[in-house]
Amino acid sequence: MESKLVNNLSDAIRAAGLKDGMTVSFHHHLRNGDFILNLVMDEIANLGIRDLTVNASSLFDIHMPLMDHIRNGVVSKLLTDYVSGGIGRYISNGILSTPVEFRSHGTRATDIACGRTPIDVAFIAAPAADCRGNCTGKLGRAACGSMGYAIPDAMYAKKVIVLTDELMPYPLADWAISENFVDYVVKVDEIGDPKGILSGTTRITRDPVGLVMADMAAKVIQASGLLKDGFSFQTGAGGATLAAAASLKKIMLEQQIAGSFALGGITGYLVEMLRSGCFRQLMDVQCFDLDAVKSIREDPRHREIAAAHYAGPGTRGAVVDSLDVVILGATEVDTDFNVNVHTDSSGCLMGGSGGHTDAAAGAKLTMIIAPLVRARLPIVTDRVGCISTPGSSIDVLVTQRGIAVNPGRADLAHALRAAGLPVVDIQELKQKAESITGIPQPVAKGDKVVAHVLGRDSAIQDTVLSLPQE
Amino acid sequence: MIRSMLFLPGNTPNMLINGDVLGADAVILDLEDAVSPDEKDAARILVRNALGRMGFGCQTVVRVNSLDSGLCQKDLEEIVPQKPTALMLPKTATAADIIELDELVTSLEEKHGIPSGTTRIIPLLETAMGVENAFAIASASTRVLGLFLGGEDLSADLRCKRTKEGAEIDYARHRVIVAARAAGVEAFDTPFTDVNDDEGLLADAAYAKGLGFTGKASISPRHVDGINQVFSPSQAEISYAREVMDIIAEAKRLGKGAISLHGKMVDAPIVNRAKQTLEAAAALGLGGMQDGI
Repeated sequence: MESKLVNNLSDAIRAAGLKDGMTVSFHHHLRNGDFILNLVMDEIANLGIRDLTVNASSLFDIHMPLMDHIRNGVVSKLLTDYVSGGIGRYISNGILSTPVEFRSHGTRATDIACGRTPIDVAFIAAPAADCRGNCTGKLGRAACGSMGYAIPDAMYAKKVIVLTDELMPYPLADWAISENFVDYVVKVDEIGDPKGILSGTTRITRDPVGLVMADMAAKVIQASGLLKDGFSFQTGAGGATLAAAASLKKIMLEQQIAGSFALGGITGYLVEMLRSGCFRQLMDVQCFDLDAVKSIREDPRHREIAAAHYAGPGTRGAVVDSLDVVILGATEVDTDFNVNVHTDSSGCLMGGSGGHTDAAAGAKLTMIIAPLVRARLPIVTDRVGCISTPGSSIDVLVTQRGIAVNPGRADLAHALRAAGLPVVDIQELKQKAESITGIPQPVAKGDKVVAHVLGRDSAIQDTVLSLPQE
Repeated sequence: MIRSMLFLPGNTPNMLINGDVLGADAVILDLEDAVSPDEKDAARILVRNALGRMGFGCQTVVRVNSLDSGLCQKDLEEIVPQKPTALMLPKTATAADIIELDELVTSLEEKHGIPSGTTRIIPLLETAMGVENAFAIASASTRVLGLFLGGEDLSADLRCKRTKEGAEIDYARHRVIVAARAAGVEAFDTPFTDVNDDEGLLADAAYAKGLGFTGKASISPRHVDGINQVFSPSQAEISYAREVMDIIAEAKRLGKGAISLHGKMVDAPIVNRAKQTLEAAAALGLGGMQDGI
């Protein structure tokens, strides 16, 4: 058996033939505990390679050294699905000369697969791997569970380098990525800090307003007529959305409703719903906490899925297209139901769609939960600072002071009213919020385009301008 | 009908703007103990603005500072024009306290063109003296909506430890209920203060309801649903009340005097309680009045 282990990262980069102007890629399953992106980019810089495009499924504040590589010309372009606030501020201040391209997780997978965004070398951090490159996120000290977002990179990059700190005997069982796709394996000391990778347990909010909204969200789902045997569901790990899952679980158990699957980033709470019989299967592209990692390792009903299978537009089958209900968050919603999850109230980048746009496009009922007023600002505006997910795929906005239904869903508004739920016009919600906060001043912007937000058709859906010069 | 009253600190904007969506029948916007002395002015302005602009979807009670605090007059000047449902007067000890407050409120209502008597009063009985004078206090003004028992301060005044079981305030609870009912006003029970003990809350609320309290206060939004549930008529109670009213109507039709239901004599107190149950059910939208009473 021929090992693919190379002596060190430097040799692997050279062997992969990385040159100036090429594209490298990274996945974000290690989130804010990831050591690999920085390790690799430092090595690339040492080798004198410049002008690279970095295609990273998400970027976190631990990746701040990347900003230095941008300043010194090692990196000239970024493609990503999400940035945390620290990275976002640098981008919004115009650190790059080329706008960042933001995609949804599904669109990233599709664009990699169809060659629209080719990858020259994929660097895949793997919590456990063997010497031929079979690798998994289910084992190892830095176990992250699913490795769904790394799969398109492995399948379509010209060269694939697996980096692991847990080398296991060949053949590694139950791999996420098989040796079939891997060129080189590098053993490193540590791929990441487990504390930054996963939270212990994702907790349900205790915020009373969050619980009120969660309760209302569950009632909306019940009134929609979708909550019946075979029900499928996706929700985020945010406080109120998770609380909505808790309210939903209560209803499902009381009424003995046997759902089919829950999808997406998986939390311990969804694992609990699987175990209590609310669903037959979990379709997991990313684990959010230790309970989810344990479950995906031990329970065959908890399945790992690739990003394209999760959400890829134009593929032969993406699970989002079979979703009944998704509950999502928003930093802003406008009166046309467009949602912003990219920028904060001052227009600074601090997020991204992730799977938001994909799940919204696919689900039969897409619900946004958000408090009417956040940090002294109304949640409903005339026009969002950035269209992350178009209003055409949002069905309903649930706030603590009423439920606004997209005018295109008169059937849903009718059903919710019939169930006695407080349906109000979205303009009314905006006025209610402004009666508390006053009308906010327009946000000042600079004149440089710092990001393009691409829709699921890969066309530019919106642009983000720089922050004003101080 | 006030089953639940939720205390909200008067100096926390986020709590105030969301206070009425948390399910309580009334919110108590607190200017007294929850607000430190150096924030009294800010809280007063905040509560005034919240009352004026928010259009609360529930009843509003403002706990003003006590008559001897030197702050009460200022509180009233800002709050009375906003027409809250009621003012809660802390440390009410005698009927004279209520008469004094009534006069202050009456003159402010007149000044601001508010119909006299609009602003109700909830005396907060939290001293031994207040409890002993409960009936006189409840009868001191037609503005009195109900008596409110404050168990924490009362325990301190009684020099005993406040316990979850509440044996130390048992006498006060009985006394307050009898005084309130004798004066024809409502009686509201002290909050259960362990916000993490849901079962304890339900037991404490059920005990208070059993004694005759109209409702109960809470310091945590988490307790509101439990209190509402306990102080609402149950489906069994509503069904029984309907049966009572049906059999009374039937007896009248047949010209019968004494009647029984399920082997028990149906007399005037039973009929009165059935009426109260159905009125409460109707007020809460539980369909109690459908048979007409």
